[in-house]
Amino acid sequence: MSLQINNLRVYYQTLRGDVKALDDATFDIRDGEIMGLAGESGCGKTTLGNSIIYLSPPMKFIEGSVELDNEKLPIWDMKKMDKYRFKKVSIIPQYAMNAMNPTRKIGKMISELLDSKKVSYRKTKQELERRLDLVELTHNILNMYPIELSGGMKQRMVLVLSTLLNPSLLIADEITSALDVSTQKAVADMLVEFRNREYVKSMIVITHDISILYQIADSILVMYAGKLAEKASTRVIIHSPRHPYTKLLISSLPKVGVKYSEKKLIGIPGNTPMLLKPPIGCRFRDRCPVAFDKCIEEPPFIEIEKDHFVACWKEYRKNA
Amino acid sequence: MLKLDKLTKTYKTGTFGGKLLPAVVDVSFNVKKGEVVSLIGESGSGKSTIGKMILHLISITSGKIDFNGIDVSTLKGKNLKNYYRDVQGVFQDPFSSYNPIFKADRIFNIIRQEFFPKIEDHKWKDKINKSLRDVGLNPDQVLNKFPHQLSGGQLQRFLIARALLLDIQFLVADEIISMLDASTRVDVLNLLVDLKSRGLSILFITHDLSLGYYISERAIILYRGFIVEMGSTDKIYYSPLHPYTKMLMASVPRLDKKWEEVKIELKGKKAEVSTGCVYYERCKAADRKKSCSQKMPGLVEVESDHFVACDCFKKK
Repeated sequence: MSLQINNLRVYYQTLRGDVKALDDATFDIRDGEIMGLAGESGCGKTTLGNSIIYLSPPMKFIEGSVELDNEKLPIWDMKKMDKYRFKKVSIIPQYAMNAMNPTRKIGKMISELLDSKKVSYRKTKQELERRLDLVELTHNILNMYPIELSGGMKQRMVLVLSTLLNPSLLIADEITSALDVSTQKAVADMLVEFRNREYVKSMIVITHDISILYQIADSILVMYAGKLAEKASTRVIIHSPRHPYTKLLISSLPKVGVKYSEKKLIGIPGNTPMLLKPPIGCRFRDRCPVAFDKCIEEPPFIEIEKDHFVACWKEYRKNA
Repeated sequence: MLKLDKLTKTYKTGTFGGKLLPAVVDVSFNVKKGEVVSLIGESGSGKSTIGKMILHLISITSGKIDFNGIDVSTLKGKNLKNYYRDVQGVFQDPFSSYNPIFKADRIFNIIRQEFFPKIEDHKWKDKINKSLRDVGLNPDQVLNKFPHQLSGGQLQRFLIARALLLDIQFLVADEIISMLDASTRVDVLNLLVDLKSRGLSILFITHDLSLGYYISERAIILYRGFIVEMGSTDKIYYSPLHPYTKMLMASVPRLDKKWEEVKIELKGKKAEVSTGCVYYERCKAADRKKSCSQKMPGLVEVESDHFVACDCFKKK
């Protein structure tokens, strides 16, 4: 097992109390697995990604453990985590396009970054250039400022940069969202290529666009309102989801070949709950079409079939 | 009802405006009553520029926009105001369309001041309530709130409700659902479908091809300011002809099909202005002919209601 997360709970501290953005997350990722993390905005997917690598206030670590390659990560300690960041765990943050220092040439910035991790830039340079070739960027890019690159080029540059030290885990947060369809495909394909070449052992790809995950991910984890709703292989999530939220989410996606006149898509009525005071029991209860009295209790995240985890009372019954 | 004839927009760039950047070149199409037309293109293809020109927000370099027999570019003062009674726009980011200091319903008051100065209070209230219900909002829940108290989907529907207050005939919807979540996205999309069945024409600007297919009868594919392919949605989606459209269709992430092994040509995306076909640098060499490098091919009708601008296809 590459990554193992147990009962992870991360809250946001606010003046009005704790916002329960990530509650009781338990799952694992195998070596070489690309796990997609999907959900609507505000469901806690970015919180989950960030908490594994950079848990800074107002985020507050409550409980839980994160193990990477059988080693426990001290995620609650900003200082101790420094040892692991970039080398073992790396992230491509949301809006990575603006993540590069605008006042430094890209090459200079990389060398400073490597210096801070006590890695020689000169020794790494050859590998760096090889990877630039792989993502179809010219070597001359190292002498350019970030402003000279287009969105897709910046995204590919950041991909090379964050995986330069071959981390075990890469967290890619919404990296394709702001790109054109053709660039989006190119960047997504490169992610898979980096995994295949074992530059990165496993990946968490965070996105709200499930159709991208269908193309590149091995498994998909669906979150709803700070809770894990369902995790299974990509094929199962898309074709035979079990959680009512996943079902509604998948069926509400417009597809090429579906026209309103033939098949009218239906959205999910209602809104996501406020996480300051989340509702008791299942958090999807108010919007769920199949909710019943048992749902007032919180459903645990249980493996109902091999590698298929669901948090829904109705589904355990069917399997019992 | 809306007719674009050889519409061109050239932006001046560079320090002293010395360089010219053609954003939209010779674009002609028309939108009929009760029709939804999708304008599809990647960033920088000029799709928003076309929307802004229709809304008279920016000037036209050359060409003509004709709305029910009126030349839009010459409108001024009172006539322009009358034009806005018929044509309105809704834009991409619902969060920045509001002033966060004021309550969200302030946008309705502005419409009242400008267009209905003599209406009585209770009639105005009824009008707002009706328009909000039309877009699927409950007036009691959404009125008297600040923008941050409403969700993105609600704010976006608020803006559509504002446009509907005027009893418009034409709506320019510029990427209106790309900022919304999957579950609320469909509601806004279905709202547009309802409005269309009531006779509203919509120019649906998007970069998301599956959304375009869901709602429109006709689609227009733009590439760097040129229309490269245009026609009925089914023909564009199921039998794309232009190499650019083909590449685009192959890279749409779909839920029913895995990506095919198509190599995306990333180089040459930002090519210099040349005399040849705009797609020349990215076009696969095998498809290229000598004539491609010399002049931009014009749109030809290869089958009924299917136009393509590529030298590989000849008029039927």
